[in-house]
Amino acid sequence: MRDEEGSELAATVTSPRRSRISRLQRREFLFGLLFVSPFLIGMLLFWLGPMLYSLFLVTQKWNMLAAPRFVGLRNIQYILTDPLAGTALVNTAFYTFIGVPLQLVTAFALAVLLNQQIRGRAAYRTIYYLPAITPAVASAVVWTRILSSQYGILNEFLKTLGIAPVSWLFNPPFTKPAFILMSLWAVGPAMIIFLAGLQSVPKELMEAAEIDGASTWRRFWKITLPMMTPVLFFSLVVGIIASFQIFTAAFVMTNGGPQNATLFMVLYIFRNGFEYFDMGYAAALSWLLFCVIMVFTAIQFRLSNRWVYYEVG
Amino acid sequence: MELGQATPAPTHTYGKLGALQSRSLQTKISHGLLHVLLVVLGVTFLVPFIWVASTSLKLPGQIFISPIEWIPKNPRWENYAELFTYLPFHRFILNSFFLAILEASGAVISSTIVAYGISRIRWKGSGFVFALVVATMLLPGVITLIPTFVLFKKLGWVGTYYPLWVPAWFGSAFFIFLMRQYMMTIPVELDEAARIDGASHFRILWQVIVPLCGPALATIALFAVLGSYNSFMLPRIYISQTSMYTIQLGLQLFQGRFGNFWHLVMAASMISILPPIVLFFVAQKYFVQGIQLSGLAGR
Repeated sequence: MRDEEGSELAATVTSPRRSRISRLQRREFLFGLLFVSPFLIGMLLFWLGPMLYSLFLVTQKWNMLAAPRFVGLRNIQYILTDPLAGTALVNTAFYTFIGVPLQLVTAFALAVLLNQQIRGRAAYRTIYYLPAITPAVASAVVWTRILSSQYGILNEFLKTLGIAPVSWLFNPPFTKPAFILMSLWAVGPAMIIFLAGLQSVPKELMEAAEIDGASTWRRFWKITLPMMTPVLFFSLVVGIIASFQIFTAAFVMTNGGPQNATLFMVLYIFRNGFEYFDMGYAAALSWLLFCVIMVFTAIQFRLSNRWVYYEVG
Repeated sequence: MELGQATPAPTHTYGKLGALQSRSLQTKISHGLLHVLLVVLGVTFLVPFIWVASTSLKLPGQIFISPIEWIPKNPRWENYAELFTYLPFHRFILNSFFLAILEASGAVISSTIVAYGISRIRWKGSGFVFALVVATMLLPGVITLIPTFVLFKKLGWVGTYYPLWVPAWFGSAFFIFLMRQYMMTIPVELDEAARIDGASHFRILWQVIVPLCGPALATIALFAVLGSYNSFMLPRIYISQTSMYTIQLGLQLFQGRFGNFWHLVMAASMISILPPIVLFFVAQKYFVQGIQLSGLAGR
């Protein structure tokens, strides 16, 4: 076995005998396929297969007990007339398009602060990161109390500033901002990605600009920010995809209320699928959300060449 | 440097020195202000944790008073014991740990094998598979929620742990990506030398590559453990028997039943929060490393 392979390798180097080369190539191809097969099988079983099956489900009326019934495009039609679907989509879009930019700005500001040469940087970094590893259910349970209108610490704090207590989780206009505020608490991962990005901005570039008399502000806008755009772009794409799929906080804290103000898409899909057992409609709603996310992802990639700066080489 | 250019007068140089001195004073002041800002932010980030811990050691009478009593006078550790009389939290914790270990082992083993196939074996499909991995990372998982439920229902897996850990053994795109990024930093000469010695791919992976991938393996294991421990939606969908609940399901159940007893709910939250925090402090280095590696996707 050993010698054979060795001579095979030697053969490829010295005498280019076609059959030998292709045999080696074929062997490597089969090994490559073998090694990646878990992923490929997983793709088929847990992504591609389910997605195709979901397309079929969209055309069915099925509660998982009686036999499924073909309804054509009625599930899709129903989305257009279902006011809750619209509400869920608008809520989700609001949470995403207001929340994600704020999350990125917060994470970026924290990263800039932590990028200074100061003592105790690691300790600060740890503290700012801690909320991100808190389980979603636990932070939802805790924030329910933090946002409580009576004895919640947020209102207690506002009281010291002379602001009247706010009914964060029971007054519709305040619930989504409260959710966004909560999401700002957990921006740790983005902060660390930005911090790594800031630290990889070449020192020579900054020094050269400093010698040329560029102010700190100008250096930030003309060097740091352009160099950070690839990392910002990545976080924006990933952040929007994740934010569109918010579920746990809404499920645990408000269960969609008050007056459907926190009825987000995944929560509505969950209800249709696992509470009303309307699998066809839940599949249709999933496809709607999927398409919305993919469209916004595609738009971002389209727009990226206008603002994302990639170093050549 | 400027001397060679002859034009700038010496006074200019002195002026620059003076500016430098005042700058160092300026940096001192700005650093002081920075520390104040960082501390204020740090307190803001920590307040929820402090409040959970303090509330979990109080009696209702101590909670519903204003201003807040941050350090309870007579901490009631009995609150924690009381929890276990209502729901089997020790059981939930064990279930969570069991699932986390199963999922993490699957994630580590399968992602390593697949990443090796993409990054160390030279074959035609590797580029395509890598593109597929990256594309999968951007796919919103919600699309598979309903159809996989039907699939698992048909397999008779609803009500078991299988739907939660079996998919992990097929590798997750994110972990494969991380592992591939890491493996790319290992010099190819190492494999080639082993190849010439006649080692098979399995042996190269096991004896050459894996020993060099320690940090990446640790990072993936950590993320997988944390992801599994923190997950809520899938356990909520697939697990109905209370004795099989994970800690997150247990906490949600407890909050539903005993929501008015803030002190007990906060004690239950502490039980859920503590394991990941301990893990974080033990292995902080790998966390930071992993997140930084993931951020490199943007480069």
